Amino acid sequence: MKVLVPVKRVIDYNVKVRVKADGSGVDLANVKMSMNPFDEIAVEEAIRLKEADKADEVVVVSIGVKQAQETLRTALAMGADRAILVNAADDVHTDIEPLAVAKILKAIVDEEQPGLVLAGKQAIDNDMNATGQMLSALLGWSQGTFASELDIDGDKAVVTREVDGGLQTIKVNMPAIVTVDLRLNEPRYASLPNIMKAKKKPLDEKTAADYGVDTSPRLEVVKTTEPATRAPGIIVGSVDELVSKLKEAGAV
Amino acid sequence: MAVLLLAEVNNGELALDATAKAVTAARALGDVTVLAAGASAAAAGEAAAKIDGVAKVLVAEDASLGHRMAEPTAALIVSLAGDYSHIVAPATTDAKNVMPRVAALLDVMVISDASGVVDADTFERPIYAGNAVQTVKSLDTTKVITFRTSTFDAAGEGGSAAVETIGAADNPGLSEWVEDKVAASDRPELTSAGVVVSGGRGVGSEEDFALIEKLADKLGAAVGASRAAVDSGYAPNDWQVGQTGKVVAPELYVAVGISGAIQHLAGMKDSKIIVAINKDEEAPIFQVADFGLVADLFEAVPALTDAL
Ligand SMILES: Cc1cc2nc3c(=O)[nH]c(=O)nc-3n(C[C@H](O)[C@H](O)[C@H](O)COP(=O)(O)OP(=O)(O)OC[C@H]3O[C@@H](n4cnc5c(N)ncnc54)[C@H](O)[C@@H]3O)c2cc1C
Ligand SMILES: Nc1ncnc2c1ncn2[C@@H]1O[C@H](COP(=O)(O)O)[C@@H](O)[C@H]1O
Repeated sequence: MKVLVPVKRVIDYNVKVRVKADGSGVDLANVKMSMNPFDEIAVEEAIRLKEADKADEVVVVSIGVKQAQETLRTALAMGADRAILVNAADDVHTDIEPLAVAKILKAIVDEEQPGLVLAGKQAIDNDMNATGQMLSALLGWSQGTFASELDIDGDKAVVTREVDGGLQTIKVNMPAIVTVDLRLNEPRYASLPNIMKAKKKPLDEKTAADYGVDTSPRLEVVKTTEPATRAPGIIVGSVDELVSKLKEAGAV
Repeated sequence: MAVLLLAEVNNGELALDATAKAVTAARALGDVTVLAAGASAAAAGEAAAKIDGVAKVLVAEDASLGHRMAEPTAALIVSLAGDYSHIVAPATTDAKNVMPRVAALLDVMVISDASGVVDADTFERPIYAGNAVQTVKSLDTTKVITFRTSTFDAAGEGGSAAVETIGAADNPGLSEWVEDKVAASDRPELTSAGVVVSGGRGVGSEEDFALIEKLADKLGAAVGASRAAVDSGYAPNDWQVGQTGKVVAPELYVAVGISGAIQHLAGMKDSKIIVAINKDEEAPIFQVADFGLVADLFEAVPALTDAL
């Protein structure tokens, strides 16, 4: 079975974003970029399936600017076999919407015929939480979202999902789309020799037009603003002072 | 304009708070029809009919709709979509599972976690873990939206909408439910509680989380946790507050042994009053706290519980 893993290049999760003063977006120039943390978990899971002889090839895909190559190389260094870069934007500030990403991924799935797509549950930049579900809809495949456990068993996959009430376990038909949550695994670090080896692994370059997908946005960004700031608070000296402040504020 | 609102139904019961908050957001867009879907959903439909501002309720009961499996639920919504300009839901994990699927089947984008309605086409939503707020105008004919419940007040009760029974769509038969592991609790539900007490890695163990729970019980509060506390096994996953957990905005939020990473702040910084207890005076949580106490939680939390 081939496993396809879409990986997104996003602002590193440790960086505090700054909103541009003119409201046109957030500033991504000269900011540290990394692989979306959920996608690292998806890559790790795919590699573990391969190590367990449940998968024979791991293909990673990224859609966006050409710099997403670095993200793909990271996935190759972790252990993915092959990468596809879909050039779909020139400006690092252009975000391709989940619907367009899903359409491009569908075209790639049609070509590559994977038995499983492992995506992240959510990209930490746009916080959409949509692409996996959309791809699943376009393919008419089953979906197992927010997975904290995954067990492939022949033509079915058992997925334990993190839901509001706790955990839900479902069984889905393969081929399937599974989106991964944070507790599925702990991704490995790429070793230096593997980083060197990754430079020689195949990386195919494509464009959105190669797949006939129109990536123009359906959601026009009118403006981007800072969230409301909180009034500064105080440090209290003791538990008693805390209690009296809370009483004054009518909070208890 | 007509709005179809997917009610939050758990085991045949309406999650009133989440649904009523989404009704508030949806009312600004047009006449609201609530869809109550499930293996049993009639009682949930009756309850939804009483929410102020609901014009009509559709009840779809079918075994395939039990446990809110994404594929049959999305198929049902798509079969109804033609009549509506907006298809919306509260931004629960159930809806986040289903609504993007609905949107893709309709060839439209989804607007996830909308926190504000500007007009019928234009919505605000937090991005980058709430560090920025984007205003987006939808160019799609049908708008598919999930609403972040923490930013809308629940619509009141007193309505008496007509209830109509409808059939399910064909079940694509792609998946089956196996089991739910849901912890029963007498405490208030995290996303609707007026007070939330959360513990972080600083609490140190599952046993010591009892300190957090005792304080919560004294305050009649729900219990939350940071991701680190959940990852370490001190607390169950459904207690996680943050960018990738639950978003809460109670009257009072007490953060104990939580450093205040942006991903955690994303889930609680709209709370009315924030209290932080942390032994590190440099902890970023103090930057959003109204009242900060620099102290060892193992002394401060029992003392606070006693003093209340
Ligand atoms: C993609 C992604 C998504 C994430 N989503 C979330 C999310 O939804 N929610 C979330 O919470 N996190 C999330 N995180 C994790 C987040 O980045 C932090 O790692 C996490 O919030 C830290 O949890 P913590 O504050 O409990 O632990 P720490 O950062 O380790 O802080 C522990 C705190 O306890 C204090 N402490 C220790 N002992 C005591 C004591 N005896 N008395 C008083 N104080 C004490 C310490 O001073 C410290 O400030 C996410 C991370 C990523 C990468
Ligand atoms: N531009 C992209 N390139 C590759 N994968 C993507 C891209 N956008 C989204 N994804 C995948 O879809 C998941 C969910 O993203 P989103 O729906 O944007 O929150 C991510 O974790 C990735 O696995």
